[in-house]
Amino acid sequence: MNLLEKLDAAAAARKAQLPEGVGAFGIPIEESYSATEARIGERRVLMLGTNNYLGLSFALECREAAHQAIDQEGTGTTGSRMANGNYYGHRALEREFAEFYNCRECIVFTTGYQANLGTISGLAGAGDVVLIDGDAHASIYDGCILSGADIIRFRHNDPADLEKRLRRLGERSRNTLIVVEGIYSMLGDQAPLAEIVEIKNAYQSTLLLDEAHSLGVLGKTGQGLVEQTGLNNEVDFITGTFSKSLCGIGGFCVSNHSQLNQLRYISHPYIFTASPSPATIASTRAALKLLREGSSLRERLWQNAHHLYSSLKTIGYQLGPQPGPIVAILLDNPRQALALWNGLMEHDIYVNLVLPPAAPEGKSLVRCSINAAHTTEQIDRVCDVFARLYSSIAE
Amino acid sequence: MSEVTQEQITELLCQRLVYFTEIEMEVSPETNLITHLAIDSVKLLNLVMEIEDEFDISVPLNTLVDVLTVQDLANLIHKIKLSSQ
Repeated sequence: MNLLEKLDAAAAARKAQLPEGVGAFGIPIEESYSATEARIGERRVLMLGTNNYLGLSFALECREAAHQAIDQEGTGTTGSRMANGNYYGHRALEREFAEFYNCRECIVFTTGYQANLGTISGLAGAGDVVLIDGDAHASIYDGCILSGADIIRFRHNDPADLEKRLRRLGERSRNTLIVVEGIYSMLGDQAPLAEIVEIKNAYQSTLLLDEAHSLGVLGKTGQGLVEQTGLNNEVDFITGTFSKSLCGIGGFCVSNHSQLNQLRYISHPYIFTASPSPATIASTRAALKLLREGSSLRERLWQNAHHLYSSLKTIGYQLGPQPGPIVAILLDNPRQALALWNGLMEHDIYVNLVLPPAAPEGKSLVRCSINAAHTTEQIDRVCDVFARLYSSIAE
Repeated sequence: MSEVTQEQITELLCQRLVYFTEIEMEVSPETNLITHLAIDSVKLLNLVMEIEDEFDISVPLNTLVDVLTVQDLANLIHKIKLSSQ
């Protein structure tokens, strides 16, 4: 098979799973009206499949900051942080993130994907080990591959399994980077951080926590799982993204290890890319301020999350293990998931469709994500539609 | 299990692989994991976890890049097992 034939084979496999005409992946959004509504085709659709957890995508403060930055600094930096792209805003945002987490160091990356890619590949190298959760995000896998380190998985959210794999490594455990996530993107469950910290300390390993989905969502001030568990001093490196609760694009890594700064000189995903645009940095700085002051938004978000989770559970759907802004409905096969996804779209509700192998445990997922801007009436309507669709899925 | 042979590993893999594929066929050392058994990447990674536990070894995922057949996988496991003793 030549290069193009291999792509043809992959396309055929995709089409076999998802019939022509079904646009669940890469669905064209024509207009975005608000944090909860958009136009898809001719339909005004309730968006229940975004990562806009605090509902800040149209926040006035963020839009004004972005406008002002464009007017003052232009549309793009046209260069790397190592060259001509190291603006005041980038450095200010790094100081603000470091202060937010009470850490010595922070590096801002151009995307959240690059934050994991650049941090993992900067920390670990050939001869080292990266020990990752079985449900780790693709950016974590790709960072491991780029690092050249040995990559070993442990069973999802299973500290005993992690401990077993560290034990097998012997002395190499001291050169091991453990990577876990605050909230996992598919099932919406949280890492058992206290147990993981205890194990990493026992084996003198290094721990990286990715707060991509938990930033703004967990903890009193929204730091994430690290704040909710009070383990700020136990986690070595924290990464996260601007593209979810902060409604921008970009990523960060914070740490109390001064060595983080050295990544600016060795991490290709940091060096060989243009720095974030002034508008992105400005809106992110404004959003970070709102996030820190956003305890009422978090309260509202969690009310909505519990509302949706408990309602769907009462209807009879099989759900991810714990309530949260990501509410995953587990289905036995892609046909059921596609039928449910189509049924929701026919009722003007957009959710995410996740098919194997992207979904854990060979399941298919209809993945909902809730945000602080959803109204009780909107969630009630969603639950009503889910209830009507349940019998057709169960058949 | 410390004196496990390559043949024993191959036999065990053939037994285990039946549960990782929806395709009904006899699994042999020459069976290609992807083109014959349609084992997707996640299933292969889960199989590796089971193998690690069975032999009390670590099989780094980056060592799987050259594994195409059951025999390739058996060879890799045998090599790691020997070096761990």
